[in-house]
Amino acid sequence: MRFKRISLYVVKKIVKLVSLLLTICILSFLLVSYSPIDPVQTYVGADMMRVSPEQQENIATYWGLDESRTEQFLSWGKAVLEGNLGTSLIYRDSVADVIAERFLASLVLMGFAWVLSGIFGFLLGIVAGMREGTIVDRIIKGYCFLLASTPAFWLGLLLLMLFSVSLGWFPVGLASPAGILAEDVTFIERVRHLFLPALTLSIVGVANVALHTRQKLIEVLQSEFARFAKAKGENGFSLLWRHGLRNISLPAISLHFASFGELFGGAVLAEQVFSYPGLGQAVVQAGLGGDVPLLLGIVLFSTLFVFAGNLLADLLYKLIDPRMRKGEVQ
Amino acid sequence: MMDINQVEKSDHTLPNSLIKDKTPLFEVNHLSLTFRQYKKGLRESSTQVIRDFSLKIHQGEIVAVVGASGSGKSLLADAILGILPENADVKGDLKFAGEELTMEKQMLLRGKDISLIPQSTNALDPLMKAGKQVQSVIKRKNKKSIQERIFHKVGLSKKAGEMYPFELSGGMARRVLVSTAMVSEAKLVIADEPTPGLDEHARNETIHYIKQLADGGKSIMFITHDITAALEVADKVAVFYAGETVEIANIDDFTGKGENLRHPYTRALWNALPQNDFIPLKGSQPLPGETINGCAFESRCPIAVEYCAQKPPQNKSVSGGIVRCFHA
Amino acid sequence: MIERTVKQSNSCNLRQRTLVTIIIAFILLIGIILSGALIGPEKLGVNLQLRNIPPSFAHLFGTDWLGRDMLARTFKGLALSFGVGLTAACISTIIALVLSLLSSVNKAMDAVITWLIDLFLSMPHIVILILISFAAGGGFKGVVIGLALTHWPSLTRLLRAEVLQLKNMNYVAVSKSLGKSRLWIARHHILPHLIPQLIVGFVLLFPHAILHEAAITFLGFGLSAEAPAIGIILSESMRYLATGMWWLAFFPGLSLLAMVGIFDLLGRNIRRLIDPFHSQKL
Repeated sequence: MRFKRISLYVVKKIVKLVSLLLTICILSFLLVSYSPIDPVQTYVGADMMRVSPEQQENIATYWGLDESRTEQFLSWGKAVLEGNLGTSLIYRDSVADVIAERFLASLVLMGFAWVLSGIFGFLLGIVAGMREGTIVDRIIKGYCFLLASTPAFWLGLLLLMLFSVSLGWFPVGLASPAGILAEDVTFIERVRHLFLPALTLSIVGVANVALHTRQKLIEVLQSEFARFAKAKGENGFSLLWRHGLRNISLPAISLHFASFGELFGGAVLAEQVFSYPGLGQAVVQAGLGGDVPLLLGIVLFSTLFVFAGNLLADLLYKLIDPRMRKGEVQ
Repeated sequence: MMDINQVEKSDHTLPNSLIKDKTPLFEVNHLSLTFRQYKKGLRESSTQVIRDFSLKIHQGEIVAVVGASGSGKSLLADAILGILPENADVKGDLKFAGEELTMEKQMLLRGKDISLIPQSTNALDPLMKAGKQVQSVIKRKNKKSIQERIFHKVGLSKKAGEMYPFELSGGMARRVLVSTAMVSEAKLVIADEPTPGLDEHARNETIHYIKQLADGGKSIMFITHDITAALEVADKVAVFYAGETVEIANIDDFTGKGENLRHPYTRALWNALPQNDFIPLKGSQPLPGETINGCAFESRCPIAVEYCAQKPPQNKSVSGGIVRCFHA
Repeated sequence: MIERTVKQSNSCNLRQRTLVTIIIAFILLIGIILSGALIGPEKLGVNLQLRNIPPSFAHLFGTDWLGRDMLARTFKGLALSFGVGLTAACISTIIALVLSLLSSVNKAMDAVITWLIDLFLSMPHIVILILISFAAGGGFKGVVIGLALTHWPSLTRLLRAEVLQLKNMNYVAVSKSLGKSRLWIARHHILPHLIPQLIVGFVLLFPHAILHEAAITFLGFGLSAEAPAIGIILSESMRYLATGMWWLAFFPGLSLLAMVGIFDLLGRNIRRLIDPFHSQKL
């Protein structure tokens, strides 16, 4: 019975993922192929005048641009299925390698920001929820609404101006100092370059978790079981400790996992502001530089990334919440 | 059935005359409760839910508070425990064991001296094991063994203590709630509508537990809209109508055609029972928030006269009970 | 004696406060947009004598490296952002309305629409925006299409739930048994009830759309580099940050924040007025 349920779940999720990926493949390929941006022209760039029409045609043939759209799609799709995402035009390297390397850098950045914003958001939400309606609550709420209206990249610019330009505490950009081999970069140096983008992302990420936690906690405190707990003499902190945390942690963690899409979006902007060489910067360059294989590769990868977050959020409920774990409630 | 009840009752109830001399364990005088709310378009409105409620409970006594659904009875429990939501105004005199029950006192006493049996099984924390939830009330050591002993007493297995509320049947969850009151050292237990929606067996069981609690020397305030259940266990019945206590009658007054009852509403309730004349009472209770100038029952009262609608009647003592009616 | 009274809200009640907030927010927004629209090209002109001036009374937001007044550029940019946001929010709201009504037709349709919502939520917004803007070859059209196509899912979800609820109402069943057509029911029973949600949803789409527009423009995919969009202004300012010209980024960004914030405030207050039960705590 249990086994059957689990396997049904896995099959469902796989079907969903495959259908999503397939649709996204088709849609994004269609979009890209209708783009008025000529890949050859963007590839050759300013040297256009010096490249003869024959050479241009050769490049087009080499990329398979002379085939029909369907053929192009099929050959690209077949390659993707074989794990070959093609070659990036900008980086002159296999797309998979570029994504792997860039994602690692982004992962460190997003990881830091994700953990920090999760912890602070949760704490702020609890404080606001426990003190609902007081001045503390208003300040926290106002702060969150303010953050929700703040352009993330502008916040990054402010931090850059304050800490790097005015105070000179942090470098202005790049994950590692220019001119030094990657292996020679010290750990401290890396942290120095990571700090500001991570801070930007964390500050922006706090709002959602905090507001959600606050709302949940208020709901819990108004629930029938909180009333009974109060009748049993529990109050304030003990009520939070015994009943509050138990009921709000899982939704908060789950929500935080489900926010991978926004996290990725924030990372794109933060990386651009701080010239941090992550996946976000790569997608911008791919888009601006007409690097179709890399763009499509990152589109698919980011879908996987968001899917993974949602899956983890869902799994957490299934594994931790006893109601789900024991399969009584669907 | 009726006879057995009476025999049982005489076991634990002191004669009325004796009780009267002692200070009541718990006393409420002129309690009122108003809610403020925002309606559509953010118009502020306030609704008076309880207008004038008074009651005395002595040690070991079961006093039923009977009133129709939606008459604000459940909020009474919250008001006594001091756990009302923030948008409620309360006013009135509360006394516990002769001492004034201030808000600070309420906070100290709840869970210790005053215990609640809630109405809904949603009162159990969905993410905490049942046993743990009962243990939180026990102030001594060996929490687990005490909890298991109580569970055994109400017919729950050891395993039930390790279960989450969603794994318990409705009946089991109800027993868990009752055992919380049993393990506590509370002197006053407020049972907030513990019987509606139960089948015959579960209902009798719950009533049995309430009796058991009273036998153990606890005073019970039994809030219900089920007058039959009230008559089965209670020593006194306080009748609640539109936010007011209209009558406090002894259980013995409920005989015959209700000649001994002092208020027309109580009489109507009694005569509406199937085993009596089965005459339903026409009309409906004034809604909370409706302005009432005179007697709240005036619109439905068979013996109302002109002045009943003009000024509110006051409480008065009539033959060992209390009534709020000009005609009594 | 026990006595506990709810503290009266000071001087004026919540209803009045909410109404006043809505009116003030509305006036502020109109002011920003009108002043942006009324700024003529002469104000945006290059004036090489007035280059790199820090904020002063003559130039509240300072001037840039070409001597252009940053205040004028910022307000022009806000008006532009508003235009883009308005177009995108309108289209998004219409998409959301149509899809949510379609989802009530039958189970299969509902499944398709739920799947569509999931599809659009399965990619980071920024990535979809980049992709669509790339496909449209950049510029105004790309941004508007991108924004319109990325902002409908959450509103659709909300409206769909509402429609499902309405569908189960008694009067809808009665109309059905009276032989009224689906369209008639949708028009007379469902649509009127959706209007409050629709208005609130529409207003609350604005802040998101405007922020995304600025972001995508900042990245270089949105409006053309000649347009005085806030995203362009901020991305240009990056080149001058190291020279200490902080005002190039500070004021335009702050103004954008203010406009987005006012929209958000407006939306939340309207929601509170129409639907106090769901938003009493916010």
